[in-house]
Amino acid sequence: MSELPAGVERRQFDGEERLATQGEPVYGEPTNEGWRAWNPNRSKLGAMLSLGMEAGLAGGDEETVLYLGAASGTTVSHVADFAGPTYAVEFAPRPARDLLEAADSRPRLFPLLADARKPERYAHVVEHDVDALVQDVATRGQARVALENRRFLADDGRLLLAVKARSEDVTRNPGDVFADVRDELSKGYEILEYRRLDDYHADHLGIVARPR
Amino acid sequence: MTADSPAEAGWFAGLEPDDPEAAAAAIAEETASEPADWPKLAVEAGFASDAEEYYDRLKEATTVATREAVERAERADDRQLVHAVRTMDDCQRTANELAERLAEWAGTVDPDAGAGVEYARAIVDEDADRDGGVDHPRIVSLAERVVALADEAEALREYVERETPTVAPNLAALAGPVLAARLISLAGGLEPLAKKPSGTVQVLGAEDALFAHLRGHASSPKHGIIYTHDAVRGTHPDERGSAARAVAGKLSIAARVDHYSGERKPELEAELEERIETIQSRTADDESGESGGDDE
Ligand SMILES: C[S@@+](CC[C@H](N)C(=O)[O-])C[C@H]1O[C@@H](n2cnc3c(N)ncnc32)[C@H](O)[C@@H]1O
Repeated sequence: MSELPAGVERRQFDGEERLATQGEPVYGEPTNEGWRAWNPNRSKLGAMLSLGMEAGLAGGDEETVLYLGAASGTTVSHVADFAGPTYAVEFAPRPARDLLEAADSRPRLFPLLADARKPERYAHVVEHDVDALVQDVATRGQARVALENRRFLADDGRLLLAVKARSEDVTRNPGDVFADVRDELSKGYEILEYRRLDDYHADHLGIVARPR
Repeated sequence: MTADSPAEAGWFAGLEPDDPEAAAAAIAEETASEPADWPKLAVEAGFASDAEEYYDRLKEATTVATREAVERAERADDRQLVHAVRTMDDCQRTANELAERLAEWAGTVDPDAGAGVEYARAIVDEDADRDGGVDHPRIVSLAERVVALADEAEALREYVERETPTVAPNLAALAGPVLAARLISLAGGLEPLAKKPSGTVQVLGAEDALFAHLRGHASSPKHGIIYTHDAVRGTHPDERGSAARAVAGKLSIAARVDHYSGERKPELEAELEERIETIQSRTADDESGESGGDDE
């Protein structure tokens, strides 16, 4: 088992041990003494941590994160609970309304309504050398999005990528899709670990990588 | 923006520290090809005294920018509603028409032929059971189309019920989501609805009746589609004109609030309720001598 980032702990909820962070609840998750359960079935990053992937996250106020595909804030709210300045990029206005609510009680969670395929639209806002680039955008060209956003990542930073096979091609075998994504990704990243997330998310691959 | 100094390219370039509106505009509209150490550069440029203050300002600016963009997008969504509610009515009407045709035809082979979409559903279900029922492939197929159309109308209704409260929260609360969507559709959008005087809102959907009146064939129409509002329907016929006027007035205000500010104003509901109670009590008083009850 890999080490969890500071600020993420295994805690008891109704007699069950679950990952948790400290903050205001966002999606109806159970809470206990200020801790909120992090549901790996609703969060790919939560699934990656639950599966013991070596995410390389330290946690703490100094850690900076760029999160692509924030949706209504389910996962990025947990990230902002344990990390420092967290930039949350989401493309669709409707989930962004809920994201605003999740960000309300989190002073270092910055919501940005933008297209992750156009980093120049937020490069004047997001700082360079972030420690982690978390990506969960259900769109075609997921490897390209990760490559385009490499410019934000520190040399020793980590890309934590969730790949959804069906977003690339609904007809192809997920294994083949994942192989192609890894292949394309290696143009700019060294892949450290990858793992199917099927226990929690059907036909998704979790990837940990660092810029090369 | 094209200056050599990288600090020029940050969102905060050229901004006064206490102008969140301008900051939000810069967040939304400016660009940069590469990120930089913005917190440090902002402090150097005197935009903030330290990184913490920089992040506080960034928080405010990104929140305002995102909120504005979300609200702009939601206002534009009335187009989707207009199409959805019109399609819902078309599907329902077509399903009913075809169901009539189906009942006529099926009556020639099924002595127990029923009527309406319900009967179409019965034919489809029986066919799935494979015991008895209507044994005519064209009639069964027609029944399937009827059921599919009715199901689509239902799915569209669910969509309208879900979406209207985000597009027009106050109007949806006062009128119910479906009637709210119909009013938006009849007016041609939320903005045109917000700009109509309440007298026009009162007769929206009663155009046929209005033209008959103008041609001298009928009395002036007192209510259009808002006739279906509970507050109008539940009022004694003598007072329905007043009720329709009160409902139209409040719905117009709700549409304006939704279009211009988007904020939720729950007091509108209370005000309408109070007004309707006053109107209804007039007839209740008249009748109280006889019955005292206020059921229809
Ligand atoms: C699977 S959801 C993300 C769920 C979220 N990460 C969580 O766990 O809470 C994918 C999101 O990516 C967003 N998305 C799709 N294409 C995008 C793009 N080009 N830029 C930014 N976001 C995008 C979608 O709007 C959607 O909200």
